Amino acid sequence: MDELLHLLKRNALETPENLAKMLNLSVDEVRRRIANYEKTGIIRGYQAVVNEDQLSLGRVTAVIEVKVTPEREGGFNSVADRISKFPEVESVYLMSGAFDLLLFVSGRDLKEVAFFVSEKLATIRGVISTATHFMLKTYKANGVLMESAEGSERLKVSP
Amino acid sequence: MKSSGSRIAAHVRDIPRSGIRDFFDIVSTMKDVISLGIGEPDFDTPWHIREASIHALERGVTSYTSNMGLLSLRESIARYVARHYGVSYNPATEVLITVGVSEALDLALRAIIEPGDEILYHEPCYVSYAPVVIFAHGKPVAVETRAEDGFRLTRAQLEAKVTPRTKALLLNFPNNPTGATLTPEDVRDIADFAVKHDLLVISDDIYAELTYDGTHTCIASLPGMKERTIFLHGFSKAWAMTGFRMGYACGSPELIEAMMKIHQYTMLCASIISQEAAREALEHPETDVEEMRAEYQRRRNFLHHSFQEMGLPCHQPRGAFYAFPSIAHLGVTSKEFALGLLDKEKVAVVPGTAFGACGEGFVRCAYATSMDELQEAMRRIARFIHTLQPSARARPHTA
Ligand SMILES: Cc1ncc(COP(=O)(O)O)c(C=O)c1O
Repeated sequence: MDELLHLLKRNALETPENLAKMLNLSVDEVRRRIANYEKTGIIRGYQAVVNEDQLSLGRVTAVIEVKVTPEREGGFNSVADRISKFPEVESVYLMSGAFDLLLFVSGRDLKEVAFFVSEKLATIRGVISTATHFMLKTYKANGVLMESAEGSERLKVSP
Repeated sequence: MKSSGSRIAAHVRDIPRSGIRDFFDIVSTMKDVISLGIGEPDFDTPWHIREASIHALERGVTSYTSNMGLLSLRESIARYVARHYGVSYNPATEVLITVGVSEALDLALRAIIEPGDEILYHEPCYVSYAPVVIFAHGKPVAVETRAEDGFRLTRAQLEAKVTPRTKALLLNFPNNPTGATLTPEDVRDIADFAVKHDLLVISDDIYAELTYDGTHTCIASLPGMKERTIFLHGFSKAWAMTGFRMGYACGSPELIEAMMKIHQYTMLCASIISQEAAREALEHPETDVEEMRAEYQRRRNFLHHSFQEMGLPCHQPRGAFYAFPSIAHLGVTSKEFALGLLDKEKVAVVPGTAFGACGEGFVRCAYATSMDELQEAMRRIARFIHTLQPSARARPHTA
């Protein structure tokens, strides 16, 4: 992966000026590349990594395993596309192994997610079965630890 | 009764306090300081290495090891050194595991120095070199490297300082504190010099993996040099393992045997838990070293461009994790600069004089610190130098 993308994945707010210095590029070149990544859709957007546990919103997230009958035309794609359209569905992945699709679904509370699974998801043509797991606590997300590590014990000056 | 001070051996008493310690004492009384004064990685040791030491403890691996160190680790080291630096050592007789490069250096000097022998070394340099030579009753002879040469060590400088009493040359590239490296031609010249004067070379290659431009040339890999070189290396820097205290020395069986003699009676062996960790580091290299190196390189680029922007002349560091900008044109000494910066902007840098008298006019800025801190530190340094001489402002400089 381009080092520029690597740095933006880590911190999307890094300024083009700093990126240019780190990568030995001109500021214009950095801006041009970022614009190009945005235009071609390689960069899909920029989001904050939020520790929702800390907000005590009471919202719930479920990881749902879904078994699907693939269709003759389109395989898993058409079912996956339909599922992806629901706004409560945050992520959808096609998986190898004992089930086919893995969903991350969030809702106001347990009941809302349960309703989504039984009324919407399970009734989609092609969905054979679902297994729903509720998340209890987030330790790490998007490569970021949710509890801040204790301060460093390095000496302030050392040889 | 005599005062206890007067009982201290003169050669120990006469060594001045380390400039780093003086500075440390001042910095540690202050709060919220951004420190560019730290000579150790800001990364935690990669998790798989820490996990391997926990596993060793769980298995009850808590004993002494052979004086030489675990054979399996010496074998890993021999393979690593052969693959990366092109020198083959016999793990049974030519590799000694030590408590950091610090111990390895002390052993090497004590094993070879007769009272009064001269040891050539280059300044600015790591703070231990001259004192450790003196503790071994040798005479340290400094060769001053210069900013104009990119702080490389040249043969002409060495020829000017060699005498019939010179026993060995102590080398450290990539260099702490300048970030300088040597070209393969430089290394060849230095090797020729060592052969001509029949000198041993003690090469402290602790920053070898942290080389950003070109590749590291290990002097022991040159024809005829393996026999006269003691190669020192360790895990503190590239593997971010300072607290494990793991180093090693490679050399001829006779030299290693002599060093082992001192090591067995003074240290017995290095910690077995650390040795297990070091073996994990070499046997399952993953990509940690490469990732840390890439991060240091980006920080190096950032610092170099930032210094240029604020008009601080700074040769491009090519290795290790230090930049060594010049502040001489600002009309202050290194120490005044460092103290002023600390006082006004709460940024700690180390006065160049801590690394030898010829470090006057420079300060060491370690970039083993997060990018966020570096960015803030650069803003503050730029603001600080504006308050000094007006002539300092935005003087263009290219390196
Ligand atoms: C050039 C040099 N040699 C040796 C050491 C000490 O290393 P170790 O932790 O292996 O004792 C350092 C540490 O800063 C260093 O910079």
